[in-house]
Amino acid sequence: MEILNASLVNWSRAQFAMTAAYHWLFVPLTLGLGVMMAIMETKYVRTGDEKWRKTAKFWQTIFGINFAIGVATGIILEFQFGTNWSNYSWFVGDIFGAPLAIEAIVAFFLEATFISIMFFGWNRVSKKAHLTATWLTILGATLSAYWILVANAWMQHPVGMNFNPDTVRNEMTDFWAVALSPVAVNKFFHAVLSGWGLGASFVVGVGSWYLLKKRHVDFALKSIKMGAVFGFISFILLAVTGDGSAYQVAQKQPMKLASMEGLYKGKSGAGMVAFGILNPNKQAYNDTIDPYYFKIELPKLLSLLGYRDINAFVPGINDIVEGGYTLPDGEKALSFDEKKERGQLAIRALANYQKAKKEGRDSDATEYKNTLHENYAYFGYGYLTKGQDSIPHVPLTFYSFHLMVIIGFYFILMFAIVWYVVHKKKMETATWLQYIALWSIPLAYLAGQLGWIVAEVGRQPWTIQDVLPVQAAVSGLSTGNVITTFILFATLFTLLLVAEVTIMVKQIKKGPEL
Amino acid sequence: MDAKFTRSEKKFNWFSLFWEGVTHMSLLGKTLWIVVIIKLMIMFGVLKPFFFPDFLNSRYQNDKDKAAYVVEQLIDRTNHTQ
Repeated sequence: MEILNASLVNWSRAQFAMTAAYHWLFVPLTLGLGVMMAIMETKYVRTGDEKWRKTAKFWQTIFGINFAIGVATGIILEFQFGTNWSNYSWFVGDIFGAPLAIEAIVAFFLEATFISIMFFGWNRVSKKAHLTATWLTILGATLSAYWILVANAWMQHPVGMNFNPDTVRNEMTDFWAVALSPVAVNKFFHAVLSGWGLGASFVVGVGSWYLLKKRHVDFALKSIKMGAVFGFISFILLAVTGDGSAYQVAQKQPMKLASMEGLYKGKSGAGMVAFGILNPNKQAYNDTIDPYYFKIELPKLLSLLGYRDINAFVPGINDIVEGGYTLPDGEKALSFDEKKERGQLAIRALANYQKAKKEGRDSDATEYKNTLHENYAYFGYGYLTKGQDSIPHVPLTFYSFHLMVIIGFYFILMFAIVWYVVHKKKMETATWLQYIALWSIPLAYLAGQLGWIVAEVGRQPWTIQDVLPVQAAVSGLSTGNVITTFILFATLFTLLLVAEVTIMVKQIKKGPEL
Repeated sequence: MDAKFTRSEKKFNWFSLFWEGVTHMSLLGKTLWIVVIIKLMIMFGVLKPFFFPDFLNSRYQNDKDKAAYVVEQLIDRTNHTQ
């Protein structure tokens, strides 16, 4: 038996978080810029205007830099599954492996096949064939994202599986329940649209830089106009899909929702915090300290968005830990202690099942298996000690969520203004707006990172919601090994990022070949 | 990024597409390929074999032993997680 410590779990989590955060610097620009350059090329094919061809080719070059530097950075996450999270990988292998395999076989190969025609084929295939290759490359990248997000969504809301105590694995019983889980579908649209928004911000920001430098003005205005329209639509749709995602969180991960809102004591007709400052002195869910220094609340909105009813009861952190409130399906919510008891019952049943099987006591084994399945939904609570263990880091989740939302609405406003100013043919002289657009690019990256912090920190302590907490999922490695690889990854990714920025800035300074 | 071809819209051929794409590659394209190759060599030649061996595969030969190890871990960690 290996004794684990918190340091190993935390370093393993930090390593995974760092890798995922770096990976998500590259992916959204691929998704967003890809669609925009495909639209530009479509305009070229439809109008025959050479300027659109050159515009599309310039952005394709930037896309290529980002794609080349970012490609395969996600594979490092898969390395970590096998090494750092081996219990998890074994426990979920059959289910988690399927979407990842589809991603690798179908989506990645679609992308890899057509990207060569996109880059090498401008003068070798017809305009329409090239355009088709461009769209198929983007489709491949987007489908890749879908299957990765299906895997992630399953961790947030495990469905379509049955735990087999003989193989100690969750086995897929319903592929479509996994592939079309509402959590996955919402997550996909929200994440991909965030990439579109980032791509638009990038195009408008870089276009504004050319205007500031008074270079390639016609190209810049064409790019900015398209970016503003595309960005405005993307961020409006982001708000819609964000609502869909939050609705799913309210139904499937109420603790995450309560943490996003810093809501400790639930209530009917709950308001949503528009702006608030948490009280850092609040250390435990059950202390008497007010969680807020200050907040501005929009009345009833949380109940409306979370449950589609302005008077619905939204459970707070205390309610979820203490239980006893009525769930939307009419059942009484279990307390943490009750869930823990059922989790321990499930784990004991697993141990007894294994023993009974070894000793050939088949009828006992059947009974233990039934007990295990009856209590499996709470399996992970058996690893937790006290109610506080089931609560994610509230300030990090809360501030990440609210800052992400604020940035989202900021971009709706910014793109609306840019669109209006471009329409009035005043963008070329609106220096103030050019600076704003340029310096807003990092904000789009920040919003994407914050979104993932909400999704992943907000679901702690679970690797699989309610079924497997991080301390049961992690491999029994030495903490020193994990720290070493953390430093290696940090170095590698930082070098890649420096390479990306250096090459990209050089290419942008060089400008389009007009 | 793309190759600088002098001929236009030749009959499509996969081999010549790649061959001419690679041989006529721009400086930027070559730089990116070098970055990609170095990156993949570090990832698969150094990181994976030396720092990221598959934990279970490196200790157990068959699925039965792996399952036995994981179930032991899942049962033991209920009481011994610090």
